[in-house]
Amino acid sequence: MQRYSGFGLAKHALSHHENWERQWRNPTPKKQYDVVIVGGGGHGLATAYYLAKEHGITNVAVVEKGWLGGGNTARNTTIVRSNYLWDESAALYEHSMKLWEGLSQDLNYNVMFSQRGVMNLAHTLQDMRDVQRRVNANRLNGIDSEVLTPEQIQAIVPVMDCSKNARYPILGASWQPRAGVARHDAVAWGFARAADALGVDILQNTEVTGFKIRDGRIYGVHTNRGDIEAKTVGCVAAGNSGVLAKMAGFRLPLESHPLQALVSEPLKPVLDTVVMSNHVHGYISQTDKGDLVIGAGIDGYNGYGQRGSYPTVEHTLQAVIEMFPIFSRVRMNRQWGGIVDTCPDACPILSATPVKGLYFNCGWGTGGFKATPGSGHVFAWTLAKNQAHPIAAPFSINRFHTGALVDEHGAAGVAH
Amino acid sequence: MLHIYCPYCEELREEEEFHPKGQAHITRPADPDACSDEEWGDYLFFRDNPRGIHHEMWVHAIGCRKFFNVTRNTVTYEILETYPMGEQPRFTAEYPEGKPADQLNDAQQEPSRQEGVHV
Repeated sequence: MQRYSGFGLAKHALSHHENWERQWRNPTPKKQYDVVIVGGGGHGLATAYYLAKEHGITNVAVVEKGWLGGGNTARNTTIVRSNYLWDESAALYEHSMKLWEGLSQDLNYNVMFSQRGVMNLAHTLQDMRDVQRRVNANRLNGIDSEVLTPEQIQAIVPVMDCSKNARYPILGASWQPRAGVARHDAVAWGFARAADALGVDILQNTEVTGFKIRDGRIYGVHTNRGDIEAKTVGCVAAGNSGVLAKMAGFRLPLESHPLQALVSEPLKPVLDTVVMSNHVHGYISQTDKGDLVIGAGIDGYNGYGQRGSYPTVEHTLQAVIEMFPIFSRVRMNRQWGGIVDTCPDACPILSATPVKGLYFNCGWGTGGFKATPGSGHVFAWTLAKNQAHPIAAPFSINRFHTGALVDEHGAAGVAH
Repeated sequence: MLHIYCPYCEELREEEEFHPKGQAHITRPADPDACSDEEWGDYLFFRDNPRGIHHEMWVHAIGCRKFFNVTRNTVTYEILETYPMGEQPRFTAEYPEGKPADQLNDAQQEPSRQEGVHV
């Protein structure tokens, strides 16, 4: 792998940047791999990378039906935070946060992780109680978190309407200074390049059409480019997990919904943090290019259409204008939807399945991007050792039969 | 914007008047106390999540406030039919063009025991 550095940039300037090597190969599928990962989004690529790096398993294929990071990895609002309420999810997201903090160096790829802070606003007395409870829970788990007063909020975000006259006045917020945003495409590309350098085969335009299962054990996958044998298969397919599970002959407690986001025309710098509001339901940040990135809620119905409904957009923009009257004349440039696989308890599934050797990493719902490195890290451990990583153990699919749910609905902030 | 035909109001109305309420035709176990953990968990949490034809419940939340069923394609979002609680769909994954007439009559004669419907 050609290492990236300031020196390399200067050197390639001499040849007009025409001689950079390709970031990853485009290999022909082999007949057999040790591990096959189904899904070439951020989580799948991170899983492959950590399998190779931490566990020395390099005979790995990532099978992707489209192109890398073409699904939810490139469709989210890039927010990274770890201020979750329950111990189980706090451990998972904080594990991820710690990996984020060294990720650019680790991958030798600038993922533009910017710890600009995330605030979750409270507009009602109950919101305020929830914020205080969550902040206390975070601090007990060693996660940086504090409660802000409206005056402190106003000082951080001068353009927000923090007056008492607002329709939904802001009473306070939780604030995680280490949280922030990252460039989502770079995360997929960085993991892909680093995994490829360690010998992982990334197979794009390769769609899994079925599983080879005999006597309750997996032996490989059928794809549109021929069969691939593998004793261990990890499915990391977000919204399409339910379709894959059906191919393997079992059901998941998931429903796929469209979740949409939109970006505005570029503006001069006006917002240097991330603002989320559970109550009026909108969240917003500004990219380095100047676009406002706005996240909406999910559409209530199941859908695979990768587009959202207009009532949801309208509702979200009402919320954003309520908080930021200054944005009322901003024009929106683009709007898109991703398919999120939501779980009844708003927590992911990192689990073995009824088929031996087949593992699923899914159910991240509306909040998977922030977990990308952590999810890949613990899932790689699970695949390598054929047992659940201690952090992943509470997220077994069995919890829907034992009743040990990790109920993060509403507790974690927004968009559930 | 979806336009949904409410089988009770007998009118096409806009999506915003309705709320989706999840998968249709899930039968509550007759004797919950006799269920195993697996059966009860399956009933509470596990859902079909098809890519294609799906049967789901909707409620006409700011209309007549009644529940009814919708057969909808989850990829194109086309609504194939709406029908009252207690009835069976005409369009299914098996018969995407609609069940033939003889099949339809058989299905209609089956006693229905759905959520909220006492036969």
